[in-house]
Amino acid sequence: MRRKNKVYFIISEILLIVITFVMFAPILLAFLMSFMKPAEVFSFPPKVIPSSFYWENYREALKLVPLGRMLLNSAIVAIFITLGKLITGVLAGYAFANFNFKGKKVAFSTLFITLFLPAETVMIVPLFLLMKSLGWVNTYLALIIPFTASATNTFLMRQHFRTIPQELSDAARIDGATSMQYLIKVLLPLSKAMIGGAAMINFVYAWNMYLWPLVITMEDKMKTAQIGVKMLIDAEAANNWGTIMAGTMIVLAPTLLVFFLIQNLFVKSLVSSGLKG
Amino acid sequence: MRRLTPYILLIPTFVIIIFFIYFPAFSSFKLSFFQESFFGDRSIFVGLDNYIDLFTDSEYYKVLRTTFIYSFSSVGITIFLAFLISQLLVQNIPGTRIFRTLMFSSYAVSPAISATLWAMLFTPTAGLVSYLFQVIFNINVDWLTTVPYAMIALIAATVWKMLPFDLIFYIAALQNIPESILESSMLDGASGWTRMWKIKFPLVTPITFYLFIMNFTTTMFSSFGIIDIMTRGGPLGSTTTMIYRLYLDGFAFQDNGLAASESVVMFGVMSVITYLYFRFVEKGVHYQ
Repeated sequence: MRRKNKVYFIISEILLIVITFVMFAPILLAFLMSFMKPAEVFSFPPKVIPSSFYWENYREALKLVPLGRMLLNSAIVAIFITLGKLITGVLAGYAFANFNFKGKKVAFSTLFITLFLPAETVMIVPLFLLMKSLGWVNTYLALIIPFTASATNTFLMRQHFRTIPQELSDAARIDGATSMQYLIKVLLPLSKAMIGGAAMINFVYAWNMYLWPLVITMEDKMKTAQIGVKMLIDAEAANNWGTIMAGTMIVLAPTLLVFFLIQNLFVKSLVSSGLKG
Repeated sequence: MRRLTPYILLIPTFVIIIFFIYFPAFSSFKLSFFQESFFGDRSIFVGLDNYIDLFTDSEYYKVLRTTFIYSFSSVGITIFLAFLISQLLVQNIPGTRIFRTLMFSSYAVSPAISATLWAMLFTPTAGLVSYLFQVIFNINVDWLTTVPYAMIALIAATVWKMLPFDLIFYIAALQNIPESILESSMLDGASGWTRMWKIKFPLVTPITFYLFIMNFTTTMFSSFGIIDIMTRGGPLGSTTTMIYRLYLDGFAFQDNGLAASESVVMFGVMSVITYLYFRFVEKGVHYQ
């Protein structure tokens, strides 16, 4: 029995190493390739380790596409969408969790139905026409405003606020606190972990948006980093993968670094939001 | 004042969803009954013509089939692999922390970037996958530009991107299985393999269902970036899914009416998925 366990253990260890390697290989290879001279990229059999740190690829990528500006755009868009979603979600979640009011059921189902309608895909054509009539095409407003409220965030906050004992609210009211004071001074501090988790998930979602920024932005200076990657492939006519990978690394690095730093937090919030629904 | 508070709290959310979800959704339905005039200067009411065009066009059936094949293959492979690999990750084997971190890293990679990485791996001249296939199987494939290999390449990239999400949930679910159940099965002499499929797999059914729905939605909607960068729906339309076709009709050919009717069809699919989700997942098939 013990011997069998040991063999099992070693096989598992080897399998894990192989799987991890395969899963991480695309990122690792892209990183290595971003330092290869064009001749090395196309050598046969393919080279894996670059002969030197050829920084020219990074300079070339930044010259072809204004990736710096695009990263800034992505950051602006993702931060404001996240903030918007958190604020609207907290307010609406609080209303649903702590108040009884006329029309509550109707309001709840009205919100619920929007789960069937992923805004950036199902209604993309009319949403685009609406932006055109508002004169918002190619602006931050179009990239941000339509995504600043969602049923998922509201429900998440509502679920969480409902777990906080009603006695706290009663006590606060006896002490003369208004409902907004109770929200800000009592509920929010008790919900830090929940809000942090929701913030991360919303941020990743907004940072990764692709289809909507692709259709709604016209000028390079308004495009987001995700679109920048596509432009780089299109611009690099000779398919110099060294340059393309350099650009990819520039766009990937910030999110990957953040993920490595707070991976545990990511995983925890993802699971808790998903499992609680 | 206190009576008005909940309404005031709901205003921001409702202003946004009414303007940017309800209004466009309503326009989608309306638009789907109209066609632009020949000169594009006005819209003409055409009734169900757009839908009739759609469902009498053999191309659209091809699109539905492509969507079906792409989604079910990607989701099936991802769930299967995730369940197997998660078994290895819950055993506390030395180095698990590092394995997890590196394995989960593709979660932080956006669909557009995943696509770029895999386009590089599949490129005939410099790609490692192409090279390996040549060396091991002695076949020389132009992955992204030939049928059916372009679809296989897309599925590979999609599975790679989705796998961490499923792993995270399976690991959490497996760790929630009470130790006593596993111990008693061990005493009954069940082998590791039997335990995995006869005991653990049924116990994590709710998670499998949740993942199936979530993955399916991802492949239906968010995979647009992967397709747009890797294959642009080609070759010969073999990787044109519903969302890609919607984009082509709406923004390349600017046929708003037709695109709107495709939106409505996708809305139908989405409704079924969401219905299933709440019917089975939220109401809870829970075993504990």
